[in-house]
Amino acid sequence: MNLLKSLPQRLFSLRYMPVLTLLVFLLPVLAGLISSILPAFGYFPAIGNSDFSAIAWRELLAHPALPSAVVTTITTGFIATVVSLMLAATFVAAWHGSKTFLNARRILAPILAIPHSALAIGLAFLIAPSGWIVRAISPWATHWDRPPDVAIIHDPYGLSLILALAIKETPYFILMILAALDQSQSEQRLKLARTLGYKPVAAWMKAVQPNIYKQIRLPIFAVLAFSLSVVDISLILGPTTPPPLSVLVLRWFYDPDLSTRFLAAAGAILQFIIVIGAIGFWYAAEQGISRFARIWLTLGGREFFERPIRLVSKVAMRTLTGLFVGSLIVIVLWSVTRRWRFPDFLPSVWSFQSWNNNIYNLLGSSTTTLVVGLASSAIATVLVVACLENEKRRGKYAGSGALWLVYLPLMIPQISFLFGVQILSIKAQIDSSWISMIWTHLLFVLPYVFLSLSDPYRTQDDRYVKLALSLGASPAKAFWKVRLPMLLRPLLFAFAIGFAVSVAQYLPTLFAGGGRFSTLTTEAVNLSASGNRRVIAVYALLQSVLPLLIFAFAMWVPNYVYRNRRSLKGM
Amino acid sequence: MNTSNTFHGSSASTQSRLQLRSLCVSLQKSDLFGHMNVTIEPGEIVTIMGPSGCGKSSLLAAIAGTLSSDFSVSGGICLGDRDLNKLPPEDRHIGMLFQEDLLFPHMSVGENLKFGIPASIKGKQARDVLATQALEEAGLVGYFDRDPATLSGGQRARVAVLRTLLSRPSALLLDEPFSKLDVELRERFRQFVFRHVKAHHLPTLLVTHDPDDAHSANGPIIEMAAFQK
Repeated sequence: MNLLKSLPQRLFSLRYMPVLTLLVFLLPVLAGLISSILPAFGYFPAIGNSDFSAIAWRELLAHPALPSAVVTTITTGFIATVVSLMLAATFVAAWHGSKTFLNARRILAPILAIPHSALAIGLAFLIAPSGWIVRAISPWATHWDRPPDVAIIHDPYGLSLILALAIKETPYFILMILAALDQSQSEQRLKLARTLGYKPVAAWMKAVQPNIYKQIRLPIFAVLAFSLSVVDISLILGPTTPPPLSVLVLRWFYDPDLSTRFLAAAGAILQFIIVIGAIGFWYAAEQGISRFARIWLTLGGREFFERPIRLVSKVAMRTLTGLFVGSLIVIVLWSVTRRWRFPDFLPSVWSFQSWNNNIYNLLGSSTTTLVVGLASSAIATVLVVACLENEKRRGKYAGSGALWLVYLPLMIPQISFLFGVQILSIKAQIDSSWISMIWTHLLFVLPYVFLSLSDPYRTQDDRYVKLALSLGASPAKAFWKVRLPMLLRPLLFAFAIGFAVSVAQYLPTLFAGGGRFSTLTTEAVNLSASGNRRVIAVYALLQSVLPLLIFAFAMWVPNYVYRNRRSLKGM
Repeated sequence: MNTSNTFHGSSASTQSRLQLRSLCVSLQKSDLFGHMNVTIEPGEIVTIMGPSGCGKSSLLAAIAGTLSSDFSVSGGICLGDRDLNKLPPEDRHIGMLFQEDLLFPHMSVGENLKFGIPASIKGKQARDVLATQALEEAGLVGYFDRDPATLSGGQRARVAVLRTLLSRPSALLLDEPFSKLDVELRERFRQFVFRHVKAHHLPTLLVTHDPDDAHSANGPIIEMAAFQK
């Protein structure tokens, strides 16, 4: 009897939570990757092929679009990552602690909350030849009464793709740098370097940057992997003849001819190899640069292009912020437009017609977005809390190896393993179901929830819980009544981040939904090729508003609950 | 060994006095302290005492120029004839020692010291020689290539002092640098710091809440409370 009684307790013991969590999100990733590798080598029994061969690879390597697609992928991915990192680093170096910096910091969360594809759609509305920027200067400055015939979006060099990635990734890097700064004695080291005569940028570059670089290395790899394999932004803004490799592979996966699945699988594995190679190259370059940098650190130079860096980083950040805000505004405008002729600066006829005409589709995809987002974020938050609480109770903290595992799904291109996940879910008969949708989203939501929550959880003062225990409370009571209420703010924030990540997922929804589920993101991206700006804007706007609402809710709840508790009151 | 040359070249005997004239620091319109008038002669150590949270560290940050923009500073901070108040921290030439040694973990001991040496001293060899001499002076021969993490607390503290002195400051601010050391080490480290202060004629302001620090400094003692309402 006793054994039976304690069985549920044993099964749900916190001790198993890290293993369970890793199984939930790492196993599908690795199994998916392996399941993608097999078709790449001809083994795909589901469509009647059980012999291994290298035909798909020969076909892939002989494909006329491949060389340009690979070059586009590598150049856009690297340039976007390097530009974003340099902008973030120089901006923090030059403006850290200033009012300019505080103002910029305020806009970080909203930029990160907006899905990539919504931003890309807004940016397309803004910078296209018939976009808002050209309208703003036409015809009085340009004498254009019709849009110029220039390929600004879908440009062959991927410049608009790089720009969209930079707008999203620069704030992400700034946030990562700030988190790293908070964890070390960086503020004091910065002050010390200043008292030793170093100007702000030089002080930051020499005394702080080398230290925090190690802490932001994994986020850099994640951004590099993302930039090299992104699909949704590439579909909206990227080159088309040929597109980046990820888009090419997606087309092959959805080709009506089933035999192209082999080619697609080989392409997906090539995408994986490119990302791993790029990360390896980055690491090697980093080692080389750090050797030279060591000498530079001790030469005593007190300045490092102080004025140019301050000026360029400020102008660049303002430009990116302006483009972000402009993208959002123009989405709102298009969503309530009936007629907006070129070169009018504003619509001539306003209307909610686009909303009314699509109300049923909108309700359907909003519901799916909400259900999948809320469920995957809630599950992720519970799993992460269980893992972190287990750490606290056992007094053992997961090391850097565990952090690598957390980042793994973010460093493997989605297209390289989602096909395999799809094959596995068909075998398990859960394909195109709510379970597969939520589970697939969980793979990407969980790492971000963990990264957001782990620091506040680990640094929470344990003396409060110890005090509760000394007052006779059980560990469970101390957890529910002391630990969690005190962590309400970071818990909700992590949940909101998880939700925003879920809303932004395009490829996972496509593969897991199997055409039966559509979210606001899949609708918006699929519509982006249609050219109907009014309808696209409606979806993009809802796609942006939902995460913002959840963020607002996550901020409001703790402020309301703790309105009479000064030390727990936030901003 | 000529310590004066290692750390200050020929300028050691020409240091100026540090003066605070009606210095007032406030946060959100409420004064942390006000009307502080203090003069510190070259080689003199003035001790400011007061309990935790009374604004001692803010005073030092105001003098060093590292106070955050939430605070406002009025009055004069002068080094000789130079008014430092509007200068950024890097142009004040005021060395500072914190409670933590703040050695850069990404640099070796020698690299930490060379980080402090002004860029006007050119050439790797010359910079290496200065850093090595400083280590010899502090009884740390052979520590040049060591990782700071492998040093004891006392050794780390001495390297931090050497790094500051090698930057050739015109004045020194000590923000309770002895508080984290054990009693025996604390006394030896105090003597080490104060000996250098006197040798290089640095006007020095020490803030502490430990009376032993104040007595060892053997200079004027000022209670922070005297400048607070």
